[in-house]
Amino acid sequence: MEAPALIICEHCDTVYRRRPLARGEVARCARCDAVMERHQWIGIDGQLALIAAALVVFVIANIAPIVSLGFSGMTSETTLWGAVITMWSDDTQVVSVLAAMTLFFFPLSQILIFGWLLYFARDGRRAPGFSQAMIALYYVKPWSMIEVFMLGVLVALVKASTYFEVVPGVGIWAFAVLTVLITIFSSHDARSLWDETRETPR
Amino acid sequence: MSRLVRASDIGMVGCHVCRLVCAAPQPGEDAHCPRCGAGLHMRKRDSLARTWALLIAAALLYLPANIFPIMRTQSLFSRDDNTILSGVIELWRAGSADLAVIVFVASIVVPMMKFLVMGFLLVSIRRRSGWALRQRAKMYRVIELVGYWSMLDVFVVALLSALVHFKVLSRVEPLPGVIYFGLVVVLTMFAAMSFDPRLIWDNRDNDD
Repeated sequence: MEAPALIICEHCDTVYRRRPLARGEVARCARCDAVMERHQWIGIDGQLALIAAALVVFVIANIAPIVSLGFSGMTSETTLWGAVITMWSDDTQVVSVLAAMTLFFFPLSQILIFGWLLYFARDGRRAPGFSQAMIALYYVKPWSMIEVFMLGVLVALVKASTYFEVVPGVGIWAFAVLTVLITIFSSHDARSLWDETRETPR
Repeated sequence: MSRLVRASDIGMVGCHVCRLVCAAPQPGEDAHCPRCGAGLHMRKRDSLARTWALLIAAALLYLPANIFPIMRTQSLFSRDDNTILSGVIELWRAGSADLAVIVFVASIVVPMMKFLVMGFLLVSIRRRSGWALRQRAKMYRVIELVGYWSMLDVFVVALLSALVHFKVLSRVEPLPGVIYFGLVVVLTMFAAMSFDPRLIWDNRDNDD
């Protein structure tokens, strides 16, 4: 299915005739200079592979301890959920819910929804619930904060290292890989799936 | 270069979810995107009022977020409550100046910048200003991009509280300040989302 002929800059409402972008090319709005479109350099199979990798890494990141602390013969370690549960039981439930949403539920639903869409898009088909899934993806995207958490882990490590013996766990590496994968994905506009798939004939 | 045409001038609107270019709905009409089904609006609904409301709420909560301590470090003989700013200072004194700067930027500079820039944009739109349009558009994009990094300190407190649990010898506990701070970040993110940058280019007294 060919791409629509027109594109509107989301930041200033200027209308342009759309043209195919070469590798590495970025379409910028001549009025407000916002990026309208980037060349989509990862094919659907490649994206699906990255999403599958992200899912595996996400599971590891949630199971494996992020870091362990040693203090006069005692050790203590935590996972993401350990932090969520601590915040809940220490009377900061709002923060607990925020962390659970932005670090677990939103990133996980992003991965699952995108994987579902891509699996069908491989044959140019639209998955059942395609438009609802695309709308959900659009609203969930800004609320996924794995990158921020990764930096938070590093700050917490440095703060703790003044008093404790700090041993990074497998989880920290998993979050680092996840951060890289998310960065790759965020340079990619999921909305191109509208152009790359067509309605399944009923 | 040909003249740049705006969608609202020629009766078109882009779907905010899937970007399909559609015919603009009549005023009062409840139109939906023919492709994805999302509601079609020429501009985000009540953008200025909503953004003001969220921004003011966030600014009010920002006071307790900074005044109240966000974290308590307790050991056998001492108890130490830290606010956001004192946490930054402690990090600096401990010899991690680089991280202190990162936390300072994420927790203090970014939220302050959000209040100032969003407030400035809202006022300049109300005044139908035609001044520095491209720069103002750029300011909004930067704010939108960096906003969620303010959550950094909240995650640091959550991690330290979960990690430092050595019975009576040493403990870290979250304090209510961290709740206010988390809410500030969420509210400023909603404020940035409800702001419609196209308004910068609408209804200017002096045209480009």
